[in-house]
Amino acid sequence: MASPVSSLEGRTLTLDRGGRRVLADLSFRAVAGRALVVTGANGAGKSTLLRLIAGLLRPVAGDLVIEGGDPDLTIAQHCHYFGHQDALKNQLSVAENLAFWRDFFGVADGTVLDALDRVGLARLIDLPAAYLSAGQRRRLAFARLLVTRRPIWLLDEPTSALDAASEARLLEIVGEHLDAGGLVVAATHLDLPFARIDGLRLGPAIVGEAA
Amino acid sequence: MNALLALFAREWKLAVRVGGGALMGALFFLIVVTVVPFGVGPDLNLLSRIGPAILWIGALLATLLSLDRLFQVDRDDGGLDLILMGESPLELVVLVKCLAHWAATGLPLVIASPLLAIFMNMEPIAIGATTLTLLVGTPALTFTGAIGAALTVTLKRGGLLLAILVLPLTVPVMIFGVSSATAVLYGGMPFTTPFAILAALGLFAMVLGPVAAAAALRHAGE
Amino acid sequence: MRLIDYANPTRFLGLVAKILPWLAGATIVTFAVGLWLVFFRAPADYQQGETVKIMYIHVPFAWLSMFCYMTMAASALGTLVWRHPLADVSAKCAAPIGAAFTFLALATGSLWGKPMWGTWWVWDARLTSVLVLFIMYLGLIALQETIEDPLRAAKASAVLTLVGVVNIPIIKFSVDWWNTLHQPASVFRMGGSTIDASMLVPLLIMAVAFSLLFVWIHLMAMRNEIIRRRIRTMRMIEAAGAE
Repeated sequence: MASPVSSLEGRTLTLDRGGRRVLADLSFRAVAGRALVVTGANGAGKSTLLRLIAGLLRPVAGDLVIEGGDPDLTIAQHCHYFGHQDALKNQLSVAENLAFWRDFFGVADGTVLDALDRVGLARLIDLPAAYLSAGQRRRLAFARLLVTRRPIWLLDEPTSALDAASEARLLEIVGEHLDAGGLVVAATHLDLPFARIDGLRLGPAIVGEAA
Repeated sequence: MNALLALFAREWKLAVRVGGGALMGALFFLIVVTVVPFGVGPDLNLLSRIGPAILWIGALLATLLSLDRLFQVDRDDGGLDLILMGESPLELVVLVKCLAHWAATGLPLVIASPLLAIFMNMEPIAIGATTLTLLVGTPALTFTGAIGAALTVTLKRGGLLLAILVLPLTVPVMIFGVSSATAVLYGGMPFTTPFAILAALGLFAMVLGPVAAAAALRHAGE
Repeated sequence: MRLIDYANPTRFLGLVAKILPWLAGATIVTFAVGLWLVFFRAPADYQQGETVKIMYIHVPFAWLSMFCYMTMAASALGTLVWRHPLADVSAKCAAPIGAAFTFLALATGSLWGKPMWGTWWVWDARLTSVLVLFIMYLGLIALQETIEDPLRAAKASAVLTLVGVVNIPIIKFSVDWWNTLHQPASVFRMGGSTIDASMLVPLLIMAVAFSLLFVWIHLMAMRNEIIRRRIRTMRMIEAAGAE
């Protein structure tokens, strides 16, 4: 594992998208071993916040700071982003899809087979991803978080399209990540079954002209 | 380095597997070259004179039209977000994607060009020269086209716009590619002069293309 | 058992297994007879010498390039009108074979043309039409390869195949007109003179041999395609049942 991160802090973050202010003066703090659960109405900026942490969006004001971690890497490079899209290629097999992301992200942590086993897809290892159902695709995408180790997990509605059994399995894996000293920032409506949860409720979207 | 090798291998597999469309460019190339005589007539002397230019125009169009999905598929399935979060510099990622795309799509054009030159009744020396200029020139087209592909990545129908944006940028490559190919036919100018400039343009595009395309991609997500 | 019963792919596979050895034997025997006639019986042309013998493969290739397209057109009707389950398999498998025969017709024509015309390629009306046919084959293959779902791919390529049938006479006519516009019709006219029986018989036998070869390859390709589709279905079932 890359050097552990003890906390991730947002300070007065402000972000505009398409001329609309989505986040205004948002501050939060996520610490190792605890899940920061982001809630709020549709359009309140949950996904936007996760994409901001992932380095995919840039704030107009405010800072994002981590304690610990590898000083040579950006904050985004400490993060796994599990968004709505699966980033799977239909022409590649289950194993090829996963192996690519392991090789691309560098530091391998565990084998492809182990990761597939964790998400219950080990039997489908040679199948083209095109044949997978929505739930299976979702789990294959999640297996990406297991083949390379990154301390901060950004989960955007992680349990969508999953049945009850798969959901339980996924939450168990997230729990293990927390136990190992990882950070989780999750946007979800679910009550996560973890002992240590911090809440972050985003207010209604601020409508109006961006400053 | 491993990350980039893995990327090259994946891009190559995606291009050559069923539905990847690697040979679609070569097919388009064949059709463009075949259609020209219907326009200008079957006069073999005329065709052999304009042959190098026709091959170059065909290769140019085939390259540009095959580029529109270069980044778009990755954006559509969310893979581009993850690539941006990787530790490899985006410029190198673009470079590798371009190289893989050229190997799967551009190289078949170069290999097909001597065959198509027969339809144009070109002399062996002209066939050799044209193939050589295409081998050096098509990577430049790919790298330049990547800029257009990155700029139009968010558009649903960016293919035509890509061609509009990129065609003016390919004019120098076109000029020096065709003039080195025809230099061997008419003499007057040594082959090596325009050919050296063509090679230089290729190297220049290899730097400018990935840098500009990476800049465009970084802003595409916002 | 009526013909329609062979619409069942399993029955079809059983029939193919029975026919294939006989077909292979017939093909090989016909080729042996044909080649013997071509090399030891057929006369050399008084102008072209032994070069003329390329005709015995070139003409069957050209003939099959069209026959293959007709097979695809009939299969396309089967797909669109009768929704015959084997029709699209037949059409899909005929396309690469047709493209290969058309390519060979072009290549042998080119090899023949070099000593006759002094150049590998002329934009002769006949050659040009065959080239257009070749491109249509490649387009059909590209269409079939691009659409992932076999049924949708079959319908799309069936429509394109039939459009091609309607268009082929128009293309042929246009190309003839375009060609005569530019050069006198008298330059290259093959087959204008009547062909002697000593050449006609070997030619017909070679044509039969290549037709048998086509049927042989086509049936094998159809068998493989049916098996390929079964594997695809089984893997999809496997994916669904893996929970």
